[in-house]
Amino acid sequence: MKQKIAVKVDDLTVAYNYKPVLWDIDLEIPEGVLMAIVGPNGAGKSTLIKAILGILKPIAGSVSIYEKPYEKQRSLVAYVPQKGSVDWDFPTTALDVVMMGTYGSLGWIKRPGQKEKKAALEALEKVGMLPFKSRQISQLSGGQQQRIFLARALVQDASIYFMDEPFQGVDATTEIAIINILKELRKAGKTVIVVHHDLQTVPEYFDWVTFLNVKKIATGPVKDIFNDDNLTKTYGINYKVSIQE
Amino acid sequence: MDLQEYFSLVFSDYTLRTITLGTAILGAVTGMLGSFAVLRKQSLLGDAISHAALPGIAIAFLITGAKDSNTLLLGALVSGLLGTFWIRGIITKTHLKSDTALGLILSLFFGFGMLLLTFIQKQPNANQAGLDKYLFGQAATLVESDVWLMAIVTGLCLFVLLLFWKEFKILLFDKDYAKTLGFNTKTIDILITSFIVLAIVLGLQTVGVVLMSAMLLAPAAAARQWTNSLSKMVFLAAVFGAFSGVFGTAISSSQNNLSTGPVIVLVASVFVIFSFIFSPSRGLLFRQIRFIANRRDLEQQKTLAFMYHIAETHDNISHPHTIKILNNFQGFTRKTLQKLVDKEYVVLDGTMWSLTQKGFDKASNLYNQQAKEDE
Ligand SMILES: Nc1ncnc2c1ncn2[C@@H]1O[C@H](COP(=O)(O)OP(=O)(O)OP(=O)(O)O)[C@@H](O)[C@H]1O
Ligand SMILES: [Mg+2]
Repeated sequence: MKQKIAVKVDDLTVAYNYKPVLWDIDLEIPEGVLMAIVGPNGAGKSTLIKAILGILKPIAGSVSIYEKPYEKQRSLVAYVPQKGSVDWDFPTTALDVVMMGTYGSLGWIKRPGQKEKKAALEALEKVGMLPFKSRQISQLSGGQQQRIFLARALVQDASIYFMDEPFQGVDATTEIAIINILKELRKAGKTVIVVHHDLQTVPEYFDWVTFLNVKKIATGPVKDIFNDDNLTKTYGINYKVSIQE
Repeated sequence: MDLQEYFSLVFSDYTLRTITLGTAILGAVTGMLGSFAVLRKQSLLGDAISHAALPGIAIAFLITGAKDSNTLLLGALVSGLLGTFWIRGIITKTHLKSDTALGLILSLFFGFGMLLLTFIQKQPNANQAGLDKYLFGQAATLVESDVWLMAIVTGLCLFVLLLFWKEFKILLFDKDYAKTLGFNTKTIDILITSFIVLAIVLGLQTVGVVLMSAMLLAPAAAARQWTNSLSKMVFLAAVFGAFSGVFGTAISSSQNNLSTGPVIVLVASVFVIFSFIFSPSRGLLFRQIRFIANRRDLEQQKTLAFMYHIAETHDNISHPHTIKILNNFQGFTRKTLQKLVDKEYVVLDGTMWSLTQKGFDKASNLYNQQAKEDE
């Protein structure tokens, strides 16, 4: 069976200033996988997602979503940024942030109404944050803020989700709650791409993995390519993870 | 004229009314737009724009020879916008920090502007005398048409703000995310910045180049202290700005020789200081009070918990113990003991104390709570 390709990246090269931080990346992500992007700090994981989403302009290369240019397919894609990328002291509430997920489908000028509010409340419910809907966002814990960002992406009701370290700073219970949501998304046929730092949990959580360190080291099913060889190539030191299957 | 006289005259006296209305509108529009500058942490932006406007005024004068304020402000607008877009350009092209770029443009334009002003001052035709009013502002020169212009710009600004409210909000909170949703963040950014430039230029005649940025920042910074909602913040900033304008004008015209611009800015600063101290949720005063109250509660709880430990070892929880035992315990003071007596948790009898049933229950509850939180 030939799987459909959800995201295709061709010859992507990205640089801040002059030094390229991503070199000539080719990547095909099949539809319906739950994929981890792993690599050391500064490997360019966030940069890769930002370049795919058009936040950064690459020096070279192209990105297509279901065989069309990304710009035409925006509505199919949702994004969970790294939590530290915004100022949480911004004067707004949890519900309001989640509502932002509906802005894309609303387009310019049109205001969110009852329908959008209902969708946002449902998403809050899904991540277990409904009791905090009116909370000022600076008064949420790090893990709660992370869940708000997740809810905002869920509201977008996309086909492909890009998440930059959604497990950063969350406790074990929240981590399980989040991974269950991600697995549910996959079950619904969505493609989920997650920057992930905890190598121990990769085999348990994900079925697809991409090793990245400036260049793409490897990409494929976890069971085939998640091994010490690729880990060593990516992290530079002799890596030994005990992989339980 | 004293303050009372001012307020009785403000409705009848044409000049006074014009100036008051002008400064109020100016305060409102700069306060409103200032919220955006404050939330984007671009505190230098106002300074950079107002200073960048100066050479425009001088050049407009050199070209037209006119002192008519609209012509000069048009010059200010052009050079203000030019400066602003250079700043944007520098930030995106060179990766200098935005503060550096702002500072650079600020000093470059201001230096050039001052140079031109000195040059104009040396010219034989005496027509130039009025130009330095743009440095510190001169509200007294406001005429009705100036106020109309301010009102129109403010109305336009309000309209655009309401129209693109959601776009502005998402740009302020999370620009990258806004981009992924398909919003052209550059357009939103330029729209907002252009309005800030426009508002600043309109204020130059009244408040002047040097102090203009305070009009942008002070009302917004004060407003932020009182609310956790963006719309309320913008509204409050407009109100604070307008009041600063009115009070500033009132004070300066009742004290004959005070120039209006600096007084308005001072009034706005009073709003800021007051807000930073007295705001219930973010103010220093209440934070300190909460801190002290928390610490006192904690001391009491610790003492009570210690007593509970001792009382627990006896069958009768109200078995009396000597106060001396407590001296081994850190954080114990006579005052906390007295507080516990007041709350009927403890009874004293000479040098002996004993827990009451109420105190025992309270203390065992503390333990349960603690255990729950630790889980
Ligand atoms: N705005 C920027 N300007 C200049 N260099 C940058 C910028 N953002 C990132 N870099 C550099 O690009 C490289 C890749 O950064 P990126 O944030 O993509 O790494 P990452 O893999 O996400 O790391 P982490 O695990 O720490 O999140 C790093 O060397 C970093 O220093
Ligand atoms: Mg990163």
